[in-house]
Amino acid sequence: MREITYRQALNEALAEELERDPNVFLMGEEVAEYHGAYKVSQGLLERFGPRRIIDTPISENGFAGLGVGAAMVGLRPIIEFMTFSFSLVAFDQVVNNAPNMFTMSGGQFNIPITFRGPNGPAHQLGATHSHATENFYASVPGLKVCTPATPRDAKGLLKTAVRDNNPVLVLEAELLYSSKGMVEPPDEELLIPLGKAEVKREGSDVSVICYAQTVPLALKVAAQLEEEDISAEIVDLRSIKPLDEKAIFDSVAKTHRVVIVEQDHPFCGVGAEVCYRIQRNIFDEIDAPILRVSQEDVPMPYNERLEKAVLPNADKLLAAVKQVCYA
Amino acid sequence: MTAMQPGEQRDEVEMLSLMLLIRRFEERASQQYQAQKVGGFCHLYIGQEAVVAGAVAAVRDDDYIITAYRDHAHALARGTSANACMAELFGKETGCSRGLGGSMHFFNRQNHMYGGHAIVGAHVPLAVGLAFAIKYRDEDRVTLCFFGDGAINQGSFHEALNLAALYKLPIVFICENNLFAMGTSVKRSTSLKQIVDRAEGYDIPGEIVDGMNFREVRDKVAEIVDSIRKESHPAFVEVRTYRYRGHSMSDPASYRTKLELEKYRLDDPITRLRAQLTREGKLTNEQFDLLDKRSKEMVLASVKFAEASPQPPIEKLHDFTYADGAKP
Repeated sequence: MREITYRQALNEALAEELERDPNVFLMGEEVAEYHGAYKVSQGLLERFGPRRIIDTPISENGFAGLGVGAAMVGLRPIIEFMTFSFSLVAFDQVVNNAPNMFTMSGGQFNIPITFRGPNGPAHQLGATHSHATENFYASVPGLKVCTPATPRDAKGLLKTAVRDNNPVLVLEAELLYSSKGMVEPPDEELLIPLGKAEVKREGSDVSVICYAQTVPLALKVAAQLEEEDISAEIVDLRSIKPLDEKAIFDSVAKTHRVVIVEQDHPFCGVGAEVCYRIQRNIFDEIDAPILRVSQEDVPMPYNERLEKAVLPNADKLLAAVKQVCYA
Repeated sequence: MTAMQPGEQRDEVEMLSLMLLIRRFEERASQQYQAQKVGGFCHLYIGQEAVVAGAVAAVRDDDYIITAYRDHAHALARGTSANACMAELFGKETGCSRGLGGSMHFFNRQNHMYGGHAIVGAHVPLAVGLAFAIKYRDEDRVTLCFFGDGAINQGSFHEALNLAALYKLPIVFICENNLFAMGTSVKRSTSLKQIVDRAEGYDIPGEIVDGMNFREVRDKVAEIVDSIRKESHPAFVEVRTYRYRGHSMSDPASYRTKLELEKYRLDDPITRLRAQLTREGKLTNEQFDLLDKRSKEMVLASVKFAEASPQPPIEKLHDFTYADGAKP
């Protein structure tokens, strides 16, 4: 194991998959000559050439659709959105064409495509550039959605996504690109299956269910809670769809108390689905009402103080945990 | 359809036979729709037969074709059986998309027919992706992308044309201009005097072709495809055609006059090719009648086949969402 950044981990995943399979190519805005708006594709143009690392004009609908078409005949495109906020311009391709094709063609055409890029609020980018898209994409049958929070998960999940025979969205965490973590050495194949959560910290009093940018937040809060003798178990979903019900239920059966901390909006958010499944399946295991900490239900304001007020934070999470623990 | 060798042309009588099959199929589809055997939306191709027949006659069987929702003819032209097409309209498991696609989503992977796409303009980027794959693999295929005059004002169309020109992809954009996007005439939808000028904005060579004339469509597309195979580039063809029926089964087409329709009927693409072949001594009246009889029989048989075919099983409802059978 060695310590690398989330950005480097993604870069390694791309390079390894490009190296392994000649059908894989990377396409998007500024991915080649500029090395990626967030430098995730640093060095790939030099290594794999312009045939496989392809700059596009600002035409999300066009190049997302190009990827879907290329996938119909067996290529395995990796389409980078500079941010998933811009994927909304390509919503028709991501929602209508990629996941429907397999059904509409009676199983003749599967679409092995990866859509990836930063997702979720960053810092003072305002309403149009701060979308957390996981809940709307996860609601579409035929799509798979993962949300890595650590460099190891970023590498392992992206590699798995590229090999998957379905459209997979890898929603990277914009604020975590420079974060560091331990990852297996490059000569060791690292594949993390979709639909498998991971307990990032064991605990016994309360399950904090989180993903993406809320994972480091939950871990930080868990450390604070420890000082107050509350033992929080941190369950990182890693994939939103498929959802690892078993991991959630196992943890809840142990702690009997749940807080879900999510980076999307509360209305029809990821936490709503998780909450439903817990009460539907293991109602008797719950000792307190399940709480959710999410964004406030408003378009993201630019003002820094207001932005902070919109986002989940340590105070909100601490308060929610104490409430479910009646502490 | 037989595989073509370089320089060889498809038999014109065979292509006339295809046009007849398309027409008889659509007539019967219309009847079955009215009898409520066919659900959803149903858009008929009657009047436009020479467009797909001419274009397909100009390319190889391994070239890619993709179209919008008026797609029955394109599937038939690519050798999908009338049985599989009619069964799809009936929503049966034996349909060309297992009854899961319906009228607007016909596919035939084996014969390189890539749909069947129902969001106007949304398949044009897909077509560019097919062409991208051809160039990526250094193959000499081409992609024929069919769409209607309604598609040319969608953003996806413009983005796709720009990408195709930028990457010099082997694709022919074939605009089947039947003068109406649903009920809106081209004059009321498009700022240009002629649609072909859209191509000029992307530095893509464009041509106007008479879509009621099989030979003109075939020869022009063949010439373009020949040029593309020599050196990869996109091209645009505005094919001027006319649909005899409304936009879909539910449209009485009251936005146009009987006179206009009659004018086009006089220029019918099947009558025209038949006359050309008869004049040249390549087809007798008896032969034509036999072809037509066969088409009618084939289509009638397809209705029986569709009627008798099983429904897609409910137990398999979740089998066609993910390619790996995942059930999240």
